[in-house]
Amino acid sequence: MFDFLDLDRYDLFGAFWTTVQLTVFSAIGSLILGTLLAAMRVSPVPVMRAFGTAYVHIFRNTPLTLIIVACSQLLALTLGMTMWADVGTDTMGFRLAVLGFVVYTSTFVCEAVRSGINTVPVGQAEAARALGLSFAQVLTMIVLPQAFRSVVAPLANVLIALTKNTTVAAAIGVSEAALLMRDMIEQEAQLVPIATLFAFGFIVLTLPTGLLLGRLSKRVAVKR
Amino acid sequence: MSDVSLTKDFADAAPPAGDLVVLDSVNKHFGALHVLQDINLTIRRGEVVVVIGPSGSGKSTLCRAINRLETIDDGAISIDGEPLPEEGRELARLRADVGMVFQSFNLFAHKTVLQNVTLGPIKVRRKSRADAEERARALLDRVGVGNQADKYPAQLSGGQQQRVAIARALAMEPKVMLFDEPTSALDPEMINEVLEVMQQLAREGMTMIVVTHEMGFARSAANRVVFMADGRIVEEADPHQFFDNPRSDRAKDFLSKILQH
Ligand SMILES: Nc1ncnc2c1ncn2[C@@H]1O[C@H](COP(=O)(O)OP(=O)(O)OP(=O)(O)O)[C@@H](O)[C@H]1O
Ligand SMILES: [Mg+2]
Repeated sequence: MFDFLDLDRYDLFGAFWTTVQLTVFSAIGSLILGTLLAAMRVSPVPVMRAFGTAYVHIFRNTPLTLIIVACSQLLALTLGMTMWADVGTDTMGFRLAVLGFVVYTSTFVCEAVRSGINTVPVGQAEAARALGLSFAQVLTMIVLPQAFRSVVAPLANVLIALTKNTTVAAAIGVSEAALLMRDMIEQEAQLVPIATLFAFGFIVLTLPTGLLLGRLSKRVAVKR
Repeated sequence: MSDVSLTKDFADAAPPAGDLVVLDSVNKHFGALHVLQDINLTIRRGEVVVVIGPSGSGKSTLCRAINRLETIDDGAISIDGEPLPEEGRELARLRADVGMVFQSFNLFAHKTVLQNVTLGPIKVRRKSRADAEERARALLDRVGVGNQADKYPAQLSGGQQQRVAIARALAMEPKVMLFDEPTSALDPEMINEVLEVMQQLAREGMTMIVVTHEMGFARSAANRVVFMADGRIVEEADPHQFFDNPRSDRAKDFLSKILQH
């Protein structure tokens, strides 16, 4: 049944490795940008709050494919040919895809973190302010550590969605799992077994993430 | 626990006389509600002032305005001669000099008792971890929870949590301590252990503003009782005079209600 699986011809592990790399880099970027956006949305500075809100509403409601394609087009045009020449189109495509995923996924991270911030009683921040801690200190030492502990499970969902969303990178030719799948289906004409194989591959990636983070979420929960 | 000093570090220095906290014609609204109406109040160094009054009279708001957890609409508040700054670094510095103890303790839930007490000294006062921990352990011993240093707040009783909260505030070596109903979230059997710590602080000369309905504490520790109603200071008197011979009708009415039970 799996006679289509010619590993010399199709770089199955390489493709999934690219998927993993896309996921990891995008996850790190989204976590950082998303947390910054959440900080902006709760900051006392109105301009920052407005920026955070606008950003989230715009990019959360734009189709991911559009963002990825726009990233590749716009940046390719504006930044000029030198960048392409320097690192080669493959690497550039990969980087632009990561950029697109970060832009998009950070909005979901932001909303998860913000809901976590809302679970932290106001008294925690007030006690910290009363000690003379600055806004940034209150946020990073008291509020965010407690907020993160309460949103491990929602963040796991964002991460799983991101893993699956990386298939959109095929749209700009990044050679990750979905692109290889399309290629193999065209060449081998065995839709069901090939699709099953790739579905299984994604489950292998996402299932442990969900289970591990699910456990972590219970372990780090703040007792009040 | 009762005889060792809570404020040993500066108990030796004779407290200079003078006004420490001054509120001058302070007004505050919550929307249409005029919660603080033309409040004038001066607290001298070393003085213990108990604020008392019916629910909603603005006692918490008064406390919170003094370290600017609430802004005021007009008037002026100064601490040790310095006007309360608007925002930023200066405000944080001033807040560090004002200790605050909340009704609901508000210990940092994700930090151990020891970390709760050392956070301010390390991050705000820039003390070394070793110094901060040594002083924190001494303070925790003095409030009687030295053996709980490595536990998390949720593992402590309410009375223990509130004593840790007092130690946390004292670790900043504040000029004045604000207490907003520190015992009203506690089970009756835990009230005294907290009041004892506060009595001792008062004896050592700490300047204190205490919102409480504990008359025993007010009679034995307070220099002055301030009675608030509807956002105004209605009566200010020596505690014995206030409780035995209130002058205003509002105070008479209020006292008759709280004395019934
Ligand atoms: N953040 C707020 N927004 C709107 N109204 C408020 C706010 N905080 C307090 N109030 C109102 O202001 C009034 C004074 O409140 P405050 O908490 O100062 O009273 P209090 O004397 O401390 O009462 P209690 O004995 O119940 O603690 C109350 O009517 C209260 O409902
Ligand atoms: Mg109150």
